[in-house]
Amino acid sequence: MRRSSRRIVAILMAMMMVIILLSACGQDEPVTPPAGGQDNGGAPEAVTEVHIGMLAPLTGGAAYFGLSVQQGAMLYIENFNARGGLQINVSTRDDEGSPATAVAMYHALVDAGVTAIIGAVTSGPTMAVVPEAFAEGMPMITGTATHAGVTVNQDTGEVFTNMFRSCFIDPFQGVKMAEFAVEVLGAQTAAILYAHDIDYSIGLTQAFVDRAGDVGLEIVHIETFSDEAPDFMAQLSNIAAAGADVLFVPVYNRHTALIGPQSAAAGVTSTMLGADGWAGTLDAIADPSSVEGAFYLTGFTYESEESHIIEFIERFEEEYGLMPNMFAAQAYDAAAILVAAIEKALADGHAPGTEPFKQATIANMSATDMNGVTGRITFDEFNNPQKTAFIIQIQNGEARFWGTF
Amino acid sequence: MLFVAQLVNALQLGSIYALIALGYSMVYGIIKLLNFAHGDVIMVGGYIAIFSLAAGMHPAVAIILVIVGCTALAIIMEKLAYTPLRNAPRISVLITAIGISILLQNLAQLFFGARPRPLHIPFPTGSISIGEITLAYPMLITIGSAILSMLMLNYIVHRTKLGKAMRAVSEDTDAARLMGINVNSVITFTFALGAALAGIGAVLYFVRLPVVAPTAGAMLGLKAFIAAVFGGIGSIPGAMLGGFAIGILEVIVNASGFSRWTDGAVFLVLIIILLVRPAGLVGKPTIEKV
Repeated sequence: MRRSSRRIVAILMAMMMVIILLSACGQDEPVTPPAGGQDNGGAPEAVTEVHIGMLAPLTGGAAYFGLSVQQGAMLYIENFNARGGLQINVSTRDDEGSPATAVAMYHALVDAGVTAIIGAVTSGPTMAVVPEAFAEGMPMITGTATHAGVTVNQDTGEVFTNMFRSCFIDPFQGVKMAEFAVEVLGAQTAAILYAHDIDYSIGLTQAFVDRAGDVGLEIVHIETFSDEAPDFMAQLSNIAAAGADVLFVPVYNRHTALIGPQSAAAGVTSTMLGADGWAGTLDAIADPSSVEGAFYLTGFTYESEESHIIEFIERFEEEYGLMPNMFAAQAYDAAAILVAAIEKALADGHAPGTEPFKQATIANMSATDMNGVTGRITFDEFNNPQKTAFIIQIQNGEARFWGTF
Repeated sequence: MLFVAQLVNALQLGSIYALIALGYSMVYGIIKLLNFAHGDVIMVGGYIAIFSLAAGMHPAVAIILVIVGCTALAIIMEKLAYTPLRNAPRISVLITAIGISILLQNLAQLFFGARPRPLHIPFPTGSISIGEITLAYPMLITIGSAILSMLMLNYIVHRTKLGKAMRAVSEDTDAARLMGINVNSVITFTFALGAALAGIGAVLYFVRLPVVAPTAGAMLGLKAFIAAVFGGIGSIPGAMLGGFAIGILEVIVNASGFSRWTDGAVFLVLIIILLVRPAGLVGKPTIEKV
């Protein structure tokens, strides 16, 4: 017994040493010293630099999202710094998409003296960091974490007042599409086909059903499927027989690629409605005519004619040589919201890093009313954005920007 | 009306399962091998269709190429992997089959990528209406061509010399060899025949589910395997019956709102049939000498 417990202690010690080593590795990146640090309090005209942190998965399975977010946020900050005057210095830490690493990296950023944080990118790491950041009153904003638990403690219902996001939360899209069905399409009946084992699909369906009850849209039929099951013909035959005005399909493009052609074969005539998971459907589908006329919602589109969005896309392409995706655009807006809030807190005479500065930054973010590249953003009482959504319609086999809603 | 639509839907799915189950059943009948790579032949067929259509071939040529390609693949598989193991213990051959399945899936992922690719086989779209019932052409064509294939298979097995040889080898390999039958070529022919049916099955499957991924054949193969066991593995009418039964079962489960139990229901059928009637619906119970 004693020998085995000694062995456990040895293993634990070894693990701790590895963790210490790993977190030390994370600090190899160049860290800009917090120029506007705590000692500088009380002299607002002297503040020329603010030190903020960024948490993003730059390696691992979520790296695609992390790198897009880093590009989008850094584009805003570099452009901001290029104007001269106040300089925003960013320390970036790689959370590897892991909640445990994210917490360690959050503490590394705090130790480095950051006064606000952009991140994290995916919901898991963000939710791991938020309670600690909330306790310390650290202003945070994410461009991409969509889980409801990012801004609201799911156990107690307490709002994490320090945490904001520039992206839609999942249920919001369901609400929007129910309103769109009634207000724009004049639909009276709706059917739903959703995946019972995907949280995203369940969340949107629930919100759509709830909102449909409020706006007088009758749900006449609901069908489900399993994520990995490719055959929907039985469900779609039932839906065809139900003959609803619209069919809400809150799924990903790997499903729409199959649902589209099968719905045509099953004789479904309802107008299909989707959410941001539909993006990329036309690349994945064999027969685009099977989803002709479908509407879906997205957080970002290349086809907007608003000048600030066109300018963002041009600058992004110039800087990185590729088109910005939705994640980069949302991160760009997140950085814009945070920087605007910091500027205002400085203008009110708060020194970076102080408690009043953090509180003022949080209050300013909460009062945001900004026309960003992903739409007009204000925050509700849960710090979730109330945004206009971009509606895309599939016309003649192309995803066309229909308008904002 | 909905009932008829769902019935046709079930028959369409069932005929695809039946075509694939036939390959399992015939190969098992002749060398007692569960060829788990059979489902992956269909996946390869899907990629053949994608590339031949992308090369601008006429759809009919592409479809023939899929069938020929699947057949060729099965012959190569049989020659390279199974023939050298003809006298090896059955478990070794079974493991080899699983290995080939994994190999094919990973080769596909290596060459074609893991991302699912759309496959649009130009097929008559339209539909015919009888009263209130609307039946899409692809469904009817699928059921029709499956039945036609099965009739042809029946003719080959029961009315030709090769078919007679197949039945002889299946019944008693050693006696067949003594009678002057070239057992090896008969076995190869059986593989080829099963794969040709799988090639037809592949075309019909991807008309219904027009997306090809390296794992597309895995679950499909398992379902067809269950269909073959359900009907009585080794038996040709059993495979057809099993295929239609599994197709109907899936559609019933899906259409009645229990879609989360679809795969579960199919596997439950496998467990029940193995417990209650291991020889399958039409199989003859045999006593294995140990």
